Parts: sequence; C-alpha cells; structure tokens
Amino acid sequence: MKQFKHFYIFLSIFVFIFILFGLNLTLGTISIPLGSIWDILFGREVDSEIAKNIIWKTRFPQTLTALVAGAGLSISGLQMQTVFRNPLAGPSELGISSGASLGVAFIILLSGNIGGVALSRIGFMGEVAVSVAAIIGALFVMLIIVGISQRVKGNVILLIIGVMIGYIATAIIGVLKFFSNDEDVRAYVIWGLGSFSKVSEAQVYTFVTLMAILIPLSFLLIKSLNLMLLGESYAKNLGLNMKRSRFWTICCSCVITAIVTAYCGPIVFLGLAVPHLCRTLFSSSDHRVLMPAVTLTGGALALLCNLIARMPGYEGALPINSVTALIGAPIVISVLFGKRKNASYED
Amino acid sequence: MQVMKTKKQTIILQDLSIGYLSKKSKKVVASDLSCSVWSGELTCLIGSNGVGKSTLLRTLCAFQPKLGGNVLINDKDISSYKEKELAKLISVVLTERFSIRNMTAKELISMGRSPYTGFWGMLDDKDNQIIDEAIRLVKIEKLSNRLIDTLSDGERQKCLIAKALVQDTPIILLDEPTAFLDFPSKVELMQLLHRLSRETNKTIFLSTHDLELALQIADKIWLMDEKAGVQMGTPEDLALNNLKSFFAQKDIIFDPTSGLFRVENDYQREIRLEGHGVIYAMIRKALLRHKILASRQTESKICIRAEQGDFRVYRDEKLLDSATTIEELIDIINKLWS
Repeated sequence: MKQFKHFYIFLSIFVFIFILFGLNLTLGTISIPLGSIWDILFGREVDSEIAKNIIWKTRFPQTLTALVAGAGLSISGLQMQTVFRNPLAGPSELGISSGASLGVAFIILLSGNIGGVALSRIGFMGEVAVSVAAIIGALFVMLIIVGISQRVKGNVILLIIGVMIGYIATAIIGVLKFFSNDEDVRAYVIWGLGSFSKVSEAQVYTFVTLMAILIPLSFLLIKSLNLMLLGESYAKNLGLNMKRSRFWTICCSCVITAIVTAYCGPIVFLGLAVPHLCRTLFSSSDHRVLMPAVTLTGGALALLCNLIARMPGYEGALPINSVTALIGAPIVISVLFGKRKNASYED
Repeated sequence: MQVMKTKKQTIILQDLSIGYLSKKSKKVVASDLSCSVWSGELTCLIGSNGVGKSTLLRTLCAFQPKLGGNVLINDKDISSYKEKELAKLISVVLTERFSIRNMTAKELISMGRSPYTGFWGMLDDKDNQIIDEAIRLVKIEKLSNRLIDTLSDGERQKCLIAKALVQDTPIILLDEPTAFLDFPSKVELMQLLHRLSRETNKTIFLSTHDLELALQIADKIWLMDEKAGVQMGTPEDLALNNLKSFFAQKDIIFDPTSGLFRVENDYQREIRLEGHGVIYAMIRKALLRHKILASRQTESKICIRAEQGDFRVYRDEKLLDSATTIEELIDIINKLWS
C-alpha cells in the first residue's frame, strides 16, 4: 500500500516540477508563448532573437539554478537533521552559510577599501571571485566543524559550537561593514539576500555539473543515515562506524551548502523545511524514500519561490530569501498541522 | 534461528576493571571483576546505584574501552572483533529514548537486519521471515503496524527486544529493560526474556533494580558491590550466603522463608490478634504499618477478633467496638491511644 502511495506522490511532484519549470520560463516582464519556448529549447529556428536571448541567457540558467539549488539545500538539511538528530538543524545552523558570507564579505567589503575598485563592478571576474571566496569561507568553517566533530562526542555540543562559529562570523562581518563604504555594503547586502538569478550563463553549467556529482554521492549515505536515526549507541551496535559516517555526512552536507551558497548567496529556510514537509507528505522516516523525496520536493519548492519572486513583473526583483520564508513557511506549517490531527495509525 | 542446546560460557570477565578514560586521568569505577555468563540462561546484574552496572554493560557492548583485564566473548578478546563482527555477536536494548516520526514498529524491528543487508539495506525473503519469526516470539503481531511514537514504554521495550532477536546474535544485553514499566509489564517482560533464553539458547544478560523479580525469575544473579566486586550464583545460593549482608540495610530485611526482601517496620506496641488466613495476615500487615505488632502469641488487654467482614475490638474481654473494613478498624485502634 505504502509503495503505491509513494509512487503517486512522486509522480505528482514530477508533474509539478515540469509545470513549474515551464512557468518559470514563460512568465516574466516579456511573456514568451509556450510554443516558441518549446522551439527555442529544442534549437529550432525562431523569429525573435530577443526571446532566444532571454530564454538562454536569463530564464533557463535561473530556473536550472533554482531547481538544483533547492534540491541540494534540502538534501543537506535532511542529512544535518538526521546526523544531529535535531529537527531544527539545517545547512545554515552549523555556521557553513556564515562562513561563506564571511568569505564574501572579505572580498566585497575589503576590495573597495584596499584595491579602490568595488568588486561588484568588475563583472565576470568579480562573480568568480565571489564564488571562490564563498567556497573558501564555507570550507574553512567546515574544516573546523569536522575537526571538532572527531573530538567532541555529543551532537548537541557540536551543534552549539556551529551556532557559535556562526555568531563569530557574523560579528566579523559586522566589523567589516562598519569600516566599508556604502556602495560595497550595499553590494554585500544584496548578495546576502540570496538570488537564483546571479548565476550567469557561463557559470550555471559549472554549478549544475558540481551538483550533479554531489547529489548522487550523497545518496550513498542512505543506509548509515537510517541507522543514525536510532542514535549513536544503537547505530554502533548494528555495525555502523559512527565516527566515519558522521564525518562523511557532515562533509557531504557542508560541501553542498558551500557550493550553493557560493552561487546563490545564503538561501535560508528550504534546507530546514523541505525535510519536514517530506516526512509528513510521505509519512516515512526511511531515507530510501526521503532522499529522493527531498531532492524533488526541494527543487519544486525552489522553482515555486523563484516564480513568486518574479511575479510582480520585474525580473528577479524580490529577494528570494523573503519569498522562501513568506511562502514556504505557511505551506509547511499547514501541512504539519493538517497531518498531525489524523496522523498515527496508518499502514 | 538455530538452537544449540549445549550450554557454554559466552562472556568471560578476567580481572576486568572498568571506568572512564580521559586525557589526563583514569577514573576506575570497578576493578578485579571476574565472572562469566552462560548461554541459554537469563542472568541479571544487580547492585546499588553508582556501583558501575551501566559502565559494565557499556564495556561489554564495546561502547567504551576497558581499563584493564580481559573480556572474552566466545573465547576471543572483545577488542579483537571488528564493529561488523560484533554486530552479529551482541545485540543491545538500552535505556536511551528516541523519537522517530513516522516509523512503524515493524520498520524499527527490521533495522535489526542491518548487519546482514546489502548496501541499500533492502530486505529479502529470508530477512522478512526472520522478522516475522521474532515478532511472533515476542508476541507483538498487533503492534507491528503501529507508529513507534504511539507505543507505551512496555510495548516499545518489546519491539526493541524483537529488534535484538532479529539481529540474530548469540548474546543479548539489556540495560534496565524493566525501568519505567508498571508492575505487570515488568513481570511479563522478565518472563518473556526467560522464555527466550530457553527457546533460543541465547545468552541474555540484563541489569535491573527490580530485585524481587530478578530473584524469582533469573537463572543466575550477578551481585555487584564496591568492596567485593562481582559475585555470581543462582538466586538461592546467593540467598544462603551473601545476599543478606549485601542488601540488608536499615529498614530492609531479608525474609529467609520466601527468599525475598521486605520493608522493615519497627513497632512500638503489641496487641493480640485472633483470626485466620488472609484476614489475619492483612490485619497484621496494616497494623505493622502503624507501628503495632499484632499476633496470636501476644497477650494484651486489647484484643482483636477477626472474621470475614466483621472485626471486633475487645478490652479485657469486653466488646469496645466493631468494624467491617480494615480502614475502620485502624481508626478504632488509633483512637485507643490518642
């Protein structure tokens, strides 16, 4: 019975993704009819060069970025929640996002002060520099966390240390902001709002390729994640090498978060909420179901948020972080509430 | 599950010392422990709080390293086993609680197959057969589709025991499995474990604070004491030799006729009680709680004559009052001296 139910939910999520993907390509300041989008995507001749440019240069990269980033963050969130056995854990809770932000803050805020040129102005090279800085910052924090995770036993302590590192990073960013000029601070703040549209055509394929490697890799951890649900002692008794599994899961989760943050800025909420949404939707805690579930649902939800962010008519105008929280949170709350009432004895 | 009816020593401790190791210091909780556990028997570890029962169990599970001596599991040192090998040798039921949303009892029990399943943890027909068999042995067919968060403490313990059975290990270690349970559930659980040790020839070793139950149901008792280390024996042998001094403290006395312990109430007065059977015993028990020792042998001015539903109190052979319940009787007696 459960398998049938899961099959239908998966099927409907696929349909949703397909529809949302289409809508993301269609809707915008300039509306392009579905027919021509079809032609453009399949490389047929189209009259309008502009339409072709909009699709290939803006909308397609943005949509793809949203889909992949949503999937990645949700996987990362699920892994964190299971490893730390804490429903409030998420990619941003371990200070990874803060680390990325710190890296970017150094680049954006200091370049104006020292080099005299605001980095945000110098185009492609600037973009690459920001991504690299974010990854370096995130990996730096990740190394600290992983290092500590090999020494500290309790998960709660590790989580608290992560949150503390986040505070330190935020504090340093605050100091940097204080000594920077307004233009740089503004550039940094905009980066901090998060966006799927910053990834340019040139970079989007690097991003997608990286994620296409990491997401399947994270599926290899499914059995250990299931065992970790039972807690450290039971997992160990069932033959799991706890130290090694924890190390790899944290690494995997951190690298995914670092890369997504590097390309899209710190995106909050998705990583925390999607795993909860999926546990309820699929009424399961089995990661063999949950991993594909969060991958697809995360992608779909990110597409939806991206669409809404563009709704007012001006492309990429609303900060994606506000949308993910404003739109996503009520959805999740309502699903959790609705389920709670009639949950319990289901097959 | 294969059943070999030959009993053998599966866990052997040799001069074991246990405790905690940190960078700077070594805290020894207990040392010079030498003892063994046999297969096909239910062995209960008893001892007062803080004596190191949990530490000993954690050491036997290889959750923490021993500080000295040896632990032999099936004649090989415990530290020579790899994690994967131990998973097929020892299964555990612990006190630590976990809450997993949306996991059914059967899914939890199936986790016990993890050491045997492949990369994705898929169950084959043989696995499912073993799982059904364990559910049947523990008699929780009705629970198998319930969510574990909706189970009572006793039901949870049974599921975890089924998980341990599914793990198909010759040894099962349980840390205070009867804690948090009501009395009938405690009895049921202990009898279940005793039955399992017989039916599957597994080595079942558990720690408990339920002294009376352990003395009645266990095949062997391990007594753990700060001074004497561990002493092992059948409950009866221990009763004859050490048990009395071991647990007898102020307020607890060892009743040699039943081989069990009871709470000691010292009395201030003695009165005569005439009656038979349960009524006699119950009135005696109730009065003892009020620091009055009542018995047939006593001669006193006050005398209680008890029959079914009619308890009369006499002073110098004159009827003072009568009562229909023990509660009323106690009120009457208490008024006599107030």
